[in-house]
Amino acid sequence: MEANIIEKLKLANLRGRGGAGFPTYLKWESVLEADVPKKYIICNAAEGELDLKKDKYILENFLEDVILGIDVALKTINNSSAFIYLNKEYYSLFKNKLLDVIKDLDITLIEEDNGYIGGEESVAINYIEGKIAEPRKRPPFVSEKGLYNMPTLVNNVETFYYVSKINKGEYDNERFYMIMGDKVEGGVYELKEGMTIREILKNTNNYLETSFYVQAGGGAVGEIMTEEEFDKPIVGEGFVRVISYEEDPYELMERWAEFLENGNCDKCTPCREGTYRILEMVKKRKLDLKVLEEIFLAQEKTSFCALGKGIPTPFRSLINKVILKNG
Amino acid sequence: MVNIEIDGKKIIADENKNILEIAKENNIDIPSLCYHSDVYPKEACRLCLIEISGRSGLFTACSIYPEEGMVVITSSDEILRTRKTNLKLMFAQHIEKCNQCIWNNKCKMLNYARQWKLHINEWEDRKKNYPKYSFGGVINYDSSKCINCSNCVEICKNQGVGFLEIKKQGSFHEVVPSQDKNKDCVYCGQCVVHCTAGSFSSVDPSSKIKEEIKSGKYVVFQFAPSIRTSIGEDFDMDQGSIVIEKMIAGIKKIGAKKVFDVSIGADLVTIEEANELIERLHKKDKLPMFTSCCPAWVKFIEFYKPEFIPNLTTVKSPQIVLGGIIKTYFAEKEKLDPKDIVVVSVMPCTSKKYEADRQELKIDGLNCVDYVLTTHELARMFIKNNIDLNTIEGEEKDDLFGNASGAGIIFGSSGGVAEAATRTACYKLLNKKLEKIDFKEFRGHEGIKKASVKIGEIEIRIAVVNGLLNAKKILEDHLNEFDYVEVMSCPGGCVGGGGQPVPTDKEIRKKRAESLYQIDRNEKIRIADENPVIQNIYKEFLISKEIVNKIAYTNFFKKEKEN
Repeated sequence: MEANIIEKLKLANLRGRGGAGFPTYLKWESVLEADVPKKYIICNAAEGELDLKKDKYILENFLEDVILGIDVALKTINNSSAFIYLNKEYYSLFKNKLLDVIKDLDITLIEEDNGYIGGEESVAINYIEGKIAEPRKRPPFVSEKGLYNMPTLVNNVETFYYVSKINKGEYDNERFYMIMGDKVEGGVYELKEGMTIREILKNTNNYLETSFYVQAGGGAVGEIMTEEEFDKPIVGEGFVRVISYEEDPYELMERWAEFLENGNCDKCTPCREGTYRILEMVKKRKLDLKVLEEIFLAQEKTSFCALGKGIPTPFRSLINKVILKNG
Repeated sequence: MVNIEIDGKKIIADENKNILEIAKENNIDIPSLCYHSDVYPKEACRLCLIEISGRSGLFTACSIYPEEGMVVITSSDEILRTRKTNLKLMFAQHIEKCNQCIWNNKCKMLNYARQWKLHINEWEDRKKNYPKYSFGGVINYDSSKCINCSNCVEICKNQGVGFLEIKKQGSFHEVVPSQDKNKDCVYCGQCVVHCTAGSFSSVDPSSKIKEEIKSGKYVVFQFAPSIRTSIGEDFDMDQGSIVIEKMIAGIKKIGAKKVFDVSIGADLVTIEEANELIERLHKKDKLPMFTSCCPAWVKFIEFYKPEFIPNLTTVKSPQIVLGGIIKTYFAEKEKLDPKDIVVVSVMPCTSKKYEADRQELKIDGLNCVDYVLTTHELARMFIKNNIDLNTIEGEEKDDLFGNASGAGIIFGSSGGVAEAATRTACYKLLNKKLEKIDFKEFRGHEGIKKASVKIGEIEIRIAVVNGLLNAKKILEDHLNEFDYVEVMSCPGGCVGGGGQPVPTDKEIRKKRAESLYQIDRNEKIRIADENPVIQNIYKEFLISKEIVNKIAYTNFFKKEKEN
């Protein structure tokens, strides 16, 4: 049955649920086809994004299916060993249950405490190898040279959950969305992939009657979208923050900046120092837009990894679409 | 080799070199800070930005390798803008303490800032309250200057030491000394010559030396073999320039009464060390014998591998031997009270400062060496005293300890001690003039060099090692293959020492070493034993075993963590 899982993943058009949205079957194929004596599988349960708890929800409710998904990978990829890479909170919450379900499968639990950057797949690999928790340069991609320089399949908790569903023939284009906000009930919902923001919020009764905007795709690096963009689908992680215009946008920016400044790896200048200066300005509630734009450009164009490159997105979109528009 | 183009210039490029290096070789200047050819590219500073045709985004030249047909652009509006921002951001963390900085007028950060007309004080320095650390009283680490390139951590790891670590401090990952009781600094100073931002420095005793001179003490300077081919770099001379007479004149101008050459001490060490080696070979005892003239290596053994203490030669190092002779033999000759003599060594080295203070090296209650200046510190002393080595009139060394042999001079390069000792061993064992003086198998900058020398009936298997990680490999895996092992902690030996001018890299170390071998080639006397100065010292002063022991031999002790 596992032999044609690649074909099934391809047919199901499953894309990684860690945020990058890379076609899952391609990763699997690349690791599978490599002609080397040892391969590794990592289930990424670091879920480091600010406020995001959808993987936690999946582990609370569907832990067995996640393990089944990892087992499919173990059986598909010869001579492979697996790791589940969990943040501190999830490790203490799920350790016992995971061990019960794993039994004698070749799956090792890893506890990490590396903040936001800890969830980046090459950081996870460095950390498991005992190295400094900072990202690696690509290429080579981890599916070519990953853990201990061997091809490594890194998928998110949700991805493995759906691998299990696809393998059982029970997948029909679903994904998990987390919705939150001061004015909404929120929660984690399993809905169809590709739904628009408006549909997601209306379907779950989280659509405010008064005017509002959202942050979509991530709790810190997700983009700010206003009403006229609500008919677009979500890019990135399955996350929507509902924000009313009464809320103080600076408070939100301060949370982002603090989270990112604390959670990055501090390796490269624009991310490390740029984020610190953003936080400094936001705390003073005094934005020098010209200076900010120079920092954003440096981060976007010259950061070492995708995290640094993504930092300007929430700030720039909030400033342009909300703060400047509303005076 | 592949064909590439950088800024319109067609280049045939070596695939093993990165674009930054290739550009430099072709006189295309790509601004860069944190790249150092001794460590893998950290890609941290984000200044060496380039564009590559057909690929979107910006890349760092230090981490891109050429491919056939690659077209590189090193300057565009976006590149210039982001370079400026990144440099400004680095200035905003780094505290400028420029006049005390090892990079002083060579500072790339400051030069770029001037060139790009940057306002560097826009922000309050993030690190203004960051701590200062001192290691063994010889190396200072001012973390408020650090720009987080982590080259120091890398080079410390490459030395097999790993004392410098990256640890999270508050919300930032910063470089800190290890708290691990099994890790300690060996004072090699490689962090000093590899730090991008001048955060690491040697503890400079020059103001104390000035006071000694002022107070009328009899101040004697002695300079190490490798100084003469590196100090010129701090005066914009070509790398590897040989500067002896002008340096002596400069030292005299500062107020030194006498200036001697530590290579004389090296000649004495060579003779005694060869004696000890021959004795151990006869007895087949405590082999392989390790050299002990590098104090960082000695500290490494005493702290990390104390079980090998018996393998160290018990001969003292050249600066200590000559310092001891100055305070005894020389004092007597000149009718001076040894207490009134102040011996200042000029060394390529930071760990020599630590060595000078070792209590067990005292003779009659006095330190043999009172102060150690690094090459760079002496250069700075010259500059402060308006002494320009380019223009000053040269002077000769002082008579009593006139010229060293060529063997004493090559001590400054990795392999030099082994070559000098081999010359002497041959001389002693064969009891005749040598046909072969050059032992080129010991030369060059590879981490581990091996050679077997047959002298009459005796075969001596020798390893020459530079870099402590290489030494560790010998200790752990190849010990039984050798009878004699020369270890220098720093890459390339003393020419790459932690007290040398910056920048220091492989090419520069090579040039400094080549010049030392050139001096050796041109010396009439190239074997320590044939040096009349040395012969005279043995005839007049080192006449009994007791005196030789007192002046030239010592012991080593297991060390606990000091930092």
